[in-house]
Amino acid sequence: MADRKALQAEMISGHSTPSPGLGMQRDLEVCKLVDTTTCIGCKACEVACVEWNDMPFSLTTFDNTYQTMPETRWNFWNLIKFNEHQNPDGTIQWLMRKDQCMHCADPGCLAACPAEGAIVKYANGIVDFNQENCIGCEFCVSGCPFNIPRFNPATKRVYKCTLCSDRVGEGLEPACIKACPTGCLKFGSKDDMKFIAEERSKQLRENFGWKNAGVYDPQSVGGTHVIYVLHDATDPERYGGLPKNPQIPWSYTVWKWLFKPVLGTFALFGFVGVLLHYVTAGPRVEQPEPPKKEGSSVNV
Amino acid sequence: MSTSSALERFDDKARERFEAAGRTTVYRGELLRHPVYTRVLHWAVALFFFLALFSGFGIYLPWLFRWFTPIFGGGQLSRIMHPYFGVAFVFFFALQVVNWLPPMLWTAADSRWMGKIHKIVSGEEKMDPPDTGFFNAGQKLQFWEIVVGSIVFVITGIILWAGASTFGRMAVAISYVLHDISAVIMLGGIFIHIYLSTIGEPGTFQAMIRGAVSEAWAWTFHPAWYKQVTGRDPEQACEEARRGH
Repeated sequence: MADRKALQAEMISGHSTPSPGLGMQRDLEVCKLVDTTTCIGCKACEVACVEWNDMPFSLTTFDNTYQTMPETRWNFWNLIKFNEHQNPDGTIQWLMRKDQCMHCADPGCLAACPAEGAIVKYANGIVDFNQENCIGCEFCVSGCPFNIPRFNPATKRVYKCTLCSDRVGEGLEPACIKACPTGCLKFGSKDDMKFIAEERSKQLRENFGWKNAGVYDPQSVGGTHVIYVLHDATDPERYGGLPKNPQIPWSYTVWKWLFKPVLGTFALFGFVGVLLHYVTAGPRVEQPEPPKKEGSSVNV
Repeated sequence: MSTSSALERFDDKARERFEAAGRTTVYRGELLRHPVYTRVLHWAVALFFFLALFSGFGIYLPWLFRWFTPIFGGGQLSRIMHPYFGVAFVFFFALQVVNWLPPMLWTAADSRWMGKIHKIVSGEEKMDPPDTGFFNAGQKLQFWEIVVGSIVFVITGIILWAGASTFGRMAVAISYVLHDISAVIMLGGIFIHIYLSTIGEPGTFQAMIRGAVSEAWAWTFHPAWYKQVTGRDPEQACEEARRGH
C-alpha cells in the first residue's frame, strides 16, 4: 500500500465505519484511455505489465488467433483481444482491444467482497486487491461484469490489474502506458481523458466516416477509470466481449446492503421472541405442578 | 424399496452398535426417550451446525461479524473450513433423517396440533393434546425445515464452493442469496429449539444427555407416546399423581 499522501482509500470491502481517507484531500480521478482505432496489437503493454509486476511466466495457449492466450490469468493481467469482424458490406475489420480491469466507479468486486480490506477503491479511482486480506471465496469473480478477477489455486487468492497503483502513487504512469509505441494508450485525469476521447470520437465520425464512433465509459457501473474509443460504440460486444450494459448482480447491491442486515435482525427476533415468551407466558412445566405452599404465591 | 430397507438395516445395526458401546440408565418413574445412537448423532449435528454457523457469520456480514473469523484462524481458514463443516453437518443430519423418518412423518394429529398452537404456546393448555405422539407438530415442522434447508445448502453450497469460474457469475450470485436465506431461517429456529429444550420446557434437556425423561414429562408433552409405551392413560396417570401429592 502506498503512503497516505499518494493514495487515499475511499471504499474498503467489508469495512464497518467510514473509510479513513474519505474526502480528506483533493484528489484527481485518474483514467487510462485506450484508443482501439490506433492500437496496432504489438503487445508491448502485455510485456510491460508482466515485467513491471515481476509475474512468473507460464505457457501460453494458441487458439488460432493473434491473441497471446484466450483469457487473462492470475499472472497475466493485460491481454490484447483480437477479433476479425465482418462488416455488412463484406469488408473485414481487425479489432484489437486491450483487456484489463476497468476500475469501475461502483466496483462490483468490492460490493461482493466479504473480507475486510481485501478490495480497496482509492479516491483517485483505482480499485486494488490486497491479497493479504483476501479469503479466496471468489465472490468478486461473480460480482465483476467484465470477468477480470483471477483465482490462483496455489495461493487461494485473486489477482488483477492494479492500474499500477504502486507507480501512480509515486506520480508515474502505469507500465503499459509507458510501453505503448503508438500513443493509443494515454493516462491522466478522468476529465482530460474524457475530453480527448470525445474529441477523437468526433474526429472519427466527421473525418474518417466512422458514424457510430464513440467513447465507452459505461454509466451502469458509475463510469470506469479505463475508457475506450471505439469505431462503433453501439456494439462494444464485438471488441472481444466488452459488455454493452455491464451490471452488478442485485445480490451484491440491494441484497447485501439492505436485506442481509434486515434478515439477520429477523433471526434475532427468534432470540427476542423466546426471551419474551419466558418472561410473559413462562415455561411449560410437567403436570401436575407441585402444590404451592399457602401464601407463597398469588394468582392474578 | 431395496434401498430403503438397506438404509433401515444400516440404521438398526448402528443403533445396536452404539447401544452396546454406550449406556442409557432409566430410573424408576422414567422412560427411555433417545437411545445412544440418536444422542450421538444429535450432538454431532449440533457441533457441526455451530461450526458452520460461526465460520459463516464473518462471510455473511463482515462489517458486523468479522470478530468471528479469528476463532477459526482467520478469514482464509474460515472460508476453507466452512464448506467442510457444512458437509459434516449435512452428513450427520442425513443419518438422523434415516434414524427419525418414521416418527417424523406428518399425521392428521399434527394438523390438529398446529390448529391449537397459540393455546399451547401461550400456556393456556397446560398439557399437549392427547393425540400428541413421540414428536409434536412443532418439532416435525422444524425437522422438515432443516431437511429442505439442508438440500438448499448442499446445492447452493457446491456452487459457491467451486465458484464463479466453474458455474458462472449468475449461478453464484443467486446461490449466495438462497444460502443466506436458508441460514437465517435455521438461525431463527435454533433459538426456539434451544429455548424449548432447556428453560422453556424444563426436564427436556436430559432426554438428549442421559436419554431418559420423567413419566410426568412424557404424559404432559407427549401423551400419545406415553400411552403407547406404558399402556396407561396419560390423563388418568396425571390425575393419580396429583392426588398422590
